[in-house]
Amino acid sequence: MKTNNNTCGGLYTEKVMKTFKNPHNYGKIKNADGIGKVGNVNCGDVMQLYIKITKNKKGEEVIKDIKFETFGCVAAISTSSIITDLAKGKTIKEALKITKDNVIKSLGGLPSIKYHCSVLAVDALVEAIYDYFLKNNHKISADIQKKHDNIEKSKEIIEKRYKNWA
Amino acid sequence: MKKIYLDNAATTPIDKIVLEAMKPYFSEKYGNTMSLHSFGQEAKLAVEKSRAILASMINAKPNEIIFTSSATESNNAALKGVVFNKKSGHIVISSIEHPCVIESAKWLEKQGFEITKLPVDKFGMVNPNDVKKSIKENTILVSVMHASNEIGTIQPIEEIGKICRNAGVYFHTDASQSFGKELIDVNKMNIDLLTASSHKIYGPKGVGLLYIRNGIKIEPLLHGGGQENGMRGSTINVAGIVGFAKAAEICKKEMKKENKRLITLRSKLIKEVLKIKNSRLNGHPAKRLANNANLSFDFIEGESLLMQLDMEGIACSTGSACSSFKLEPSHVLLALGLKPEQAHGSLRVSLGRWTTKKDIERIIKVLPKIIKKIRAISPFK
Repeated sequence: MKTNNNTCGGLYTEKVMKTFKNPHNYGKIKNADGIGKVGNVNCGDVMQLYIKITKNKKGEEVIKDIKFETFGCVAAISTSSIITDLAKGKTIKEALKITKDNVIKSLGGLPSIKYHCSVLAVDALVEAIYDYFLKNNHKISADIQKKHDNIEKSKEIIEKRYKNWA
Repeated sequence: MKKIYLDNAATTPIDKIVLEAMKPYFSEKYGNTMSLHSFGQEAKLAVEKSRAILASMINAKPNEIIFTSSATESNNAALKGVVFNKKSGHIVISSIEHPCVIESAKWLEKQGFEITKLPVDKFGMVNPNDVKKSIKENTILVSVMHASNEIGTIQPIEEIGKICRNAGVYFHTDASQSFGKELIDVNKMNIDLLTASSHKIYGPKGVGLLYIRNGIKIEPLLHGGGQENGMRGSTINVAGIVGFAKAAEICKKEMKKENKRLITLRSKLIKEVLKIKNSRLNGHPAKRLANNANLSFDFIEGESLLMQLDMEGIACSTGSACSSFKLEPSHVLLALGLKPEQAHGSLRVSLGRWTTKKDIERIIKVLPKIIKKIRAISPFK
């Protein structure tokens, strides 16, 4: 595809547009160890993250592979791609420390109206890890449980909305 | 890469003939129309000649036209101007009006006026019977747009006008998208007030007009030096008005031939694009503007689609929530009964005077590839 420097009227940084043009790690992981499905009630964007976990030499759980599927705008696709870059190869402990500000910074900034896309990406990662914990009878900390409960609420509304598509 | 502009419903380039007609009015014939000397009268003459040309476009009299700065101003002046001298009353609009009509109505509601928003059918059509039923004893004004800027649907305004006339209620129509593209006769169609805009018809930005039938009193929005018979204060934008009239003249001359050409191109586009799975046409299949195609694609989001097309050098528009600054999908598409997620994946392609067969062939070729790419990323298939 030919290059184009349009940043949507300065709405997006060049890094956002570059990431949108060539997103990393999109698609499904068959037999994923954890799947995180999230949606934003207001704008209607939907994001799904798939993770594959292995253990490193120290016995820590590491995100060996990560992929995304996203229905959404330029910002949503870019934050999805960036979160996979940020989380890939990290231990779960490290991955859970990734914040929306890390995502925004990695994209060289986001317009404030699109901040929710970075929240969506972080939520999707938390959900994928929560799903992995659940499937493997891991102990779930109160902090993650609380995050999950909040995400779950908006997910129900979104799932209802897209039930004909899924 | 040749850039292809398919967003002519947003705005159009100025026709070079129009630009030439405007040029003398910047630094040669620069007089103020309110001046009595020869400079002023030269400008005044040009404006009055333009007024007559524009009036003839809709079978109106020149003294029934006032010039404004935009269609937004004309719509504001029509709604607020008509109802301002009454303390209360009822206004009827359609649910698919341009935001400048909807927001004006909303504001009037806050001032104590009563508003009814008429529904539309799945093609975006207002039912004249609904207009009839909505009119009450205290109804002052009905405002229904002639053609939709988003979906291109052309309303039965002649019937609506007749209903309003019989009920003794003023009828305003926003003809921003149809003026110069469809035949309009304010007498035959029983129109009392009409909005038109220059930059949608290859004229300059910053000029609009409001037709006000003789005998109708409106309160001016801008009080000033008595221009436009005291209906709108402001120094007259002479070059802009001259350009607007020239643009209208060209449209009138070319209308029949141009519409035929556009419909051929547009129909080919729709036919080919609808071969893409899970796609649909929004708006009326037949009663629509010759240059408008509004399409929806399931499982993808419009801003992504728009920007992918832009990377291919093709400029279009979308009703997706993500591209708006309110994060809400288009109120027009929702009014048709589309679900928010379907409104999310909408694409408006609006053709223009310089759209070629090659341009249409290119978007037909590029679109399926882009949609496939975005759908590959989407969790829905």
